[in-house]
Amino acid sequence: MNGNTAELLADDPIWLVLVKVVGIFAFLVVMTLFMINWERKVVARMQQRPGPNRVGPNGWLQSLADGLKLAFKEDIRPVLADKWVYFLAPVISCVPAFLAFSVIPLGGEVSIFGERTALQLVDLPVGVLVVLACSSVGVYGIVLSGWASGSPYPLLGALRSAAQVISYEIAMGLSIVAVVMYSHSMSTADIVSAQSAGWFFWLLPPSFVIYVIAMVGETNRAPFDLPEAESELVGGFHTEYSSLKFALFFLAEYVNMVTVSALATTLFLGGPMAPWPLSAIGGGVLNTGWWPLLWFIAKTLFFLFLFIWLRGTLPRLRYDQFMRLGWKVLVPASLVWIVMVATVRAFKNSGDFETSDFLIVLGIALGVLVLLSLLLPDRRPEQDENAVPVTGGGYPVPPLDLEVPKAPPRRKAVGAQPSGTSTSQGQQPVAVSSKEASDGDV
Amino acid sequence: MSAFLLAQQVTEVADTVSTGEAVAFWVLAPLSLLGALGMLFARNAVHSALFLVLTMLSLGVLYMVQQAPFLGFVQIIVYTGAIMMLFLFVLMLVGRDSSDSVVEVLRGQRLAASLLGVGFAALVAASLARALNDVTPVGLVTPNTTDGGNVANIGVALFTDYLFPFELTSALLITAAVGAMVLAFTDRHARGTKKTQRELVEERFRGDRPGSLPGPGVFATANSVATPALLPDGSIAEESLSAIVETTAKERLSGDVRDVAGTGERPDAHALTGARADARADTPAEGTATKEGEE
Repeated sequence: MNGNTAELLADDPIWLVLVKVVGIFAFLVVMTLFMINWERKVVARMQQRPGPNRVGPNGWLQSLADGLKLAFKEDIRPVLADKWVYFLAPVISCVPAFLAFSVIPLGGEVSIFGERTALQLVDLPVGVLVVLACSSVGVYGIVLSGWASGSPYPLLGALRSAAQVISYEIAMGLSIVAVVMYSHSMSTADIVSAQSAGWFFWLLPPSFVIYVIAMVGETNRAPFDLPEAESELVGGFHTEYSSLKFALFFLAEYVNMVTVSALATTLFLGGPMAPWPLSAIGGGVLNTGWWPLLWFIAKTLFFLFLFIWLRGTLPRLRYDQFMRLGWKVLVPASLVWIVMVATVRAFKNSGDFETSDFLIVLGIALGVLVLLSLLLPDRRPEQDENAVPVTGGGYPVPPLDLEVPKAPPRRKAVGAQPSGTSTSQGQQPVAVSSKEASDGDV
Repeated sequence: MSAFLLAQQVTEVADTVSTGEAVAFWVLAPLSLLGALGMLFARNAVHSALFLVLTMLSLGVLYMVQQAPFLGFVQIIVYTGAIMMLFLFVLMLVGRDSSDSVVEVLRGQRLAASLLGVGFAALVAASLARALNDVTPVGLVTPNTTDGGNVANIGVALFTDYLFPFELTSALLITAAVGAMVLAFTDRHARGTKKTQRELVEERFRGDRPGSLPGPGVFATANSVATPALLPDGSIAEESLSAIVETTAKERLSGDVRDVAGTGERPDAHALTGARADARADTPAEGTATKEGEE
């Protein structure tokens, strides 16, 4: 299919390329406007409140109004800001976000104004790397904005963000490796066509899980939104930004979300292919023409909903927990998984092993592991020899040779006063001690 | 892909430059040169790093134009995305206003640097001359179209012919990473290092004072933290005296004393224009001054 797609795309006339570029740009901007509103509505629903419902039908034009308002706000540049870098940072974070979408296959072969073409701007033999490269250039926007603002909170946010995105990019790249091994290509169109027998979501579930976690970390979204943690860093790297520059950061964040969701769709959910019961209708008629675009958008929206769901559900991680998850869980797990996939493929390619043989070997290995795990001794709770013995009620047992101190002289003076309740007050220590003693028997 | 690329003339590729390639070259080459010069002459270290990023990006795109897409994108991911990012990281941590030291720490540094520079230039010139005269260009069409294309062929070459250098490089990188970790790692849980919260609490309760120190005796007659607290018998509680307040030189507090006494400077609308150097706005005024000086 790659040959087909690349050939189809190679003879696109200039006007068609321009139409596609404008189309992708419009798609991403509209998705951003839609996504902001959708997110607010879904999160509101999860928190049992109405959400935006004033501007436009059911409040669906709220984000458009907000965007227009942002554009007309005063553009403030802090005195200590670095003029050029401050201006450049939002641009740098925005451009790669849009660029990455150019390699995503949105659909199959269609006819646009009589010209046969594929619904994809460009198909490169290294398509997946384009997305990674764009995300790694996009970090510059965040880092430079933090530095150029010339104030501590943005700088801290930028440092966090740089460390975060670089760490999670490794996990993301490793999760893609298994997909590339199975599809024999890095071209996105090839990867989609390699999934016609079965989506990689079924075939490579660990890669899928790692990719999904890494994509949330990569886009700085909750629960991994440490670079802009409001409770710690005011607004993170964009604290000092206002007006259109702030809007550009907002746009870049949402476009990035759409892009990683689209890449997840492409890599693991069969891209624009129709899901199973629909793909059987009419001998696959739903996989032709403009139909695939619909499935693609539906799958992408599923991932975008996942983003919102996570944000509405999970609290923010602490920074060290977050880094530990990335480096000590995701990266080693994906490395082990890659080795396993490579082993299986090597055995399969050698031709001596059937899948059933392999499953039997795997089962035996698992059984041995389980038996070995039974041999492990139970972990005993640590005994602290200095610990005080505790009663059933959780109070420390007093030592047997405890000397109850005499009541202080001031107390006695109070007790000696001739009044109705004074006698019982004076005897209170005794009462308390008897109560403690009875507590010990419980 | 193979069919489409094979359609281009394989033989012709060797010694010609297409119009698109020429245009790309004449756009990218000046850009990368500009980046290189900018890196050398920029005053600010972060600006230097950004110019270097520009050069690397231009080189990456040049690789892509010359039918090496994998190399181009890996250049962007690895060099621009990871390595320069680490540089920026360090530069940002060092601080934006720190400037280069003019004192030469290494003796004979200039001589060694110029020798090495001249040597490197000679090396580049020689290899360039050899590439232009002795080597016949074959183009990348064959490796890009046969045996699975560009990426697969690079993979095969790396894991067969160049396996040893490849592994050697990875060993070098791992050594560097492990070395950095050994140098930078401190075990927080070892004995005698920073105490955990639990250890601190236990220590406090085993000591002679589980509670906090007495606060200063701020009463209606005095609102200074330097006022000592009084014990029930009227004597002064030594622990309530702040060591910092006691050791601060009186001169450093003169501004505060004037403020409290009401003889200091009053708020003045002229301060908003920055025309008057206010005694208490020392630091921000200095900051703006250096900023303006830079520009």
